[in-house]
Amino acid sequence: MSELKIYNFMGLRRIALVFSTVLLLVSAASLFGQGLVLGLDFSGGTQIEVGYEKPVDVAELRQHLKNEGFDDPVVVHFGSETDVLIRMQGQPDQGLADRLYSVLKISDEEIDLRRVDFVGPQIGEELRDKGGLGMLIALAVVMLYVAIRFQFKFSVGAVLALVHDVVITLGVFSITRLEFDLTVLAAVLAVVGYSLNDTIVVSDRIRENFRKIRKASPVEVINESLSQTLWRTINTSMTTMLVLLALFLFGGELIHNFAIALMIGVGIGTYSSIYVAATVMLAMNVDREDLIEPEEGELVDDLP
Amino acid sequence: MPNKFPLWKNLMILAVVVFAFIYAAPNLYPPDPALQLSGQSSAMQIDQAVLKKVEQALGEAQIEYFAGEADGETALIRLTDSDLQMRAKEVVQAEMGGEYIVALNLAPTTPQWLSDLGGSPMKLGLDLSGGVHFLLEVDLNAALTTRLEGDLQEVKSSLREEKIRYRSFELKGQQIIGRFRNEQQIEQATSLIRANFRDLQPQNKQGQNPLTLVLQLSDIATSQIEDNAIKQNLTSLRNRVNELGVSEPLVSRQGKNRIVVELPGVQDTAEAKRIIGKTANLEFRLEAEGRIGEVFEFRDGRSLDARLETSPVITGENVTDARASYDENGRPQVNITLDTKGGWQMGHSTRDNVGRKLGVLFIEYKTKLEKSLGSNGDMQITPVPFVEKHIISLATVQSQLGKSFRITGLDSQRESSELALLLRAGALAAPMYIVEERTIGPSLGADNIRLGVQSVTIGMAMVLLFMLVVYRGFGVLANVALTMNLLLLVGFMSLLGATLTLPGIAGIVLTVGMAVDANVLIFSRIREELAGGASVQGAISAGYDRAFVSIFDANITTLIVAVILFLIGSGPVQGFAVTLSIGILTSMFTSIVLTRGLVNAIVGGRKIDKLWI
Repeated sequence: MSELKIYNFMGLRRIALVFSTVLLLVSAASLFGQGLVLGLDFSGGTQIEVGYEKPVDVAELRQHLKNEGFDDPVVVHFGSETDVLIRMQGQPDQGLADRLYSVLKISDEEIDLRRVDFVGPQIGEELRDKGGLGMLIALAVVMLYVAIRFQFKFSVGAVLALVHDVVITLGVFSITRLEFDLTVLAAVLAVVGYSLNDTIVVSDRIRENFRKIRKASPVEVINESLSQTLWRTINTSMTTMLVLLALFLFGGELIHNFAIALMIGVGIGTYSSIYVAATVMLAMNVDREDLIEPEEGELVDDLP
Repeated sequence: MPNKFPLWKNLMILAVVVFAFIYAAPNLYPPDPALQLSGQSSAMQIDQAVLKKVEQALGEAQIEYFAGEADGETALIRLTDSDLQMRAKEVVQAEMGGEYIVALNLAPTTPQWLSDLGGSPMKLGLDLSGGVHFLLEVDLNAALTTRLEGDLQEVKSSLREEKIRYRSFELKGQQIIGRFRNEQQIEQATSLIRANFRDLQPQNKQGQNPLTLVLQLSDIATSQIEDNAIKQNLTSLRNRVNELGVSEPLVSRQGKNRIVVELPGVQDTAEAKRIIGKTANLEFRLEAEGRIGEVFEFRDGRSLDARLETSPVITGENVTDARASYDENGRPQVNITLDTKGGWQMGHSTRDNVGRKLGVLFIEYKTKLEKSLGSNGDMQITPVPFVEKHIISLATVQSQLGKSFRITGLDSQRESSELALLLRAGALAAPMYIVEERTIGPSLGADNIRLGVQSVTIGMAMVLLFMLVVYRGFGVLANVALTMNLLLLVGFMSLLGATLTLPGIAGIVLTVGMAVDANVLIFSRIREELAGGASVQGAISAGYDRAFVSIFDANITTLIVAVILFLIGSGPVQGFAVTLSIGILTSMFTSIVLTRGLVNAIVGGRKIDKLWI
């Protein structure tokens, strides 16, 4: 096996900084400007999914519903030509789904009621609050853990990398107007977990190398660490991307957006674990001095 | 570095592997579609005779079944085809009538030896099994108001009894406000209330009119009333849901004032909503003297019919509590508590009627299925709503009754607890309304399972292939670990009774992708050590040791995120958090301990020059 090639990752850190800044600004602008398209879980309302035997013309169905006195129903195909999703937003009301179904039933062919969701406005609001709160708690706990296990500068790097990934993933959802529902929130939190996993492995190597290599500048140490972990980073991202692709292609409509959010997150997370965390550490002048704590030493492997 | 495990470690690994196989195995046996038959009252015997009647009805309707069993309390009939389940239910219900509850069920086919070991298949969430989910909010303020209204009447009447005069007494929001003419009156009233109404607390605010008495429920009383309201609603809901004939319904409290109802397999939401929101009621009526009155049957059908007066003394709304207990002689009885109004009316009516009998009438609003011939000659089954009134108790009035009294002379403890249950089920303590409703049709549930299995299989196959290509020999080991990880994950979820949801399946897929990370880390390390000139055995040992720290830190942080996700999420999302957390733990075992065991067994202690990695 040949000698490990050391890539000069940090030489590109200014370009990466510009790249990340632009992505973050665009994401933030879109999030503040037009926000997210909130799914039923968060917005409240009623939706009903039905399966017809033959392909359905949604425009015709929409007109039919309007004629029946439903205000502004959203009617879209869901997954296939025969599946239709009808949503009534902004007027959450319990009997609505039953009335909708009875109107749809009048059409001469058999229809299959696939699902009905009714979410009251207070539930949606609570979920929004809980989701945001959960995200903040996750970031805070992670920052604390990394600060204890590693060092403060590492934890700032790790958390900024996470914020970077989350904001950009949300930004992509905002820009592409993909629907943000509870499963997507779960995916974003999973992105936090994944990206963290990556960042920690890299940080771990940086810590080890700072202790091992005595005559090298921080930039050199970081470059060597990133090069050493590069294959691991790429291979793990590859396997994760493969399974996400399987979910995206074969998992069905309900977890489509879940898979998309994770794919974006894993992609961005791979990049951020190389560039964002390390760049932040360098910007905070991370040095050997930060990590010389002999009593911390190595964690003794008591497992085989 | 000999790289050899002591015997106990190898045995431990073996034990875990065996564990995984055993507890994952029940998932290989798909359950049979089945019908479950039980009686409306626990006194009913469901025996071979009943079973025979059911089997005959199914035979006539040409619905294929292959096994039936009855154990005295329930009967289970296994059908060959799940499409026939609905029709079979209608046929059996129409044949057996309203005293029987017919439920759609899935009968486990887990072999006896596996279930003896505690093995059972994973539970499926509603998004996979199909069914209805309701989230109901209990209006606790209404429960408090009802209580305060009662208290207001009591306070007024006891003031009148004590000849304490007041200008006015009224309920304003959650406060009782009394106005008096002079200081002496207000002082007398305050001390009376302090002595007799512990739950009402006189409020003293600055700037309050000195001739105004403001009463509020104490915090303890408030939380007690709220708690009781939720509990009573839960009890009533459980009784009602049982009537729906759902095999494994879930009715449980969520948070301070919400109740979750999950009904797997139910498709008719309108019917479910009607039953959940329906009001069973009670009426206490005196036995009729002479020929005027109505004749009712007993609910259990054991006693003779009785004739009751046409108008009730009180109704179920006045019953605040009913509990089964024992009298001085150890015989079962039911203690009943009424509200003030009910107690007063009861006292008034029973004063002159000691020695007469008092009956309790249970009124249910039900639906029955009627068979009829349709216009084109085929049989149609239509639901017809009807009201059923049965006597559940008829007892002699021994003395004048008041706010609390008891019904004695019951035969068994079973009878007393059932009577208490029926008395309590009469009315909801506080109104409820639906704040969330999700219905998943059976076709969507089946689709979700199919898609989930498909994506796990394909994702898994791709990862296995990838690892084989990139890490060759060691890739085989990682793949063994990955497969074992999936088995362990399924085994643990089955054993813990965790519920599998669609996002849960996504969590499994994600775990599959991320689980190889630990092995990738270890193998990369070993490659590095080899490149750095270490011996084969030394490289293996160092590779595992050094990678451990990274793996541990990385997994703990992911676990933290998964736990937070579990805490904030609901239903399906919690399913995701559960599979992710269990997956992290099992993957740490398989990728670190299991692969090391395999590596040690294969190359440990030997002289090898080159590793196929």
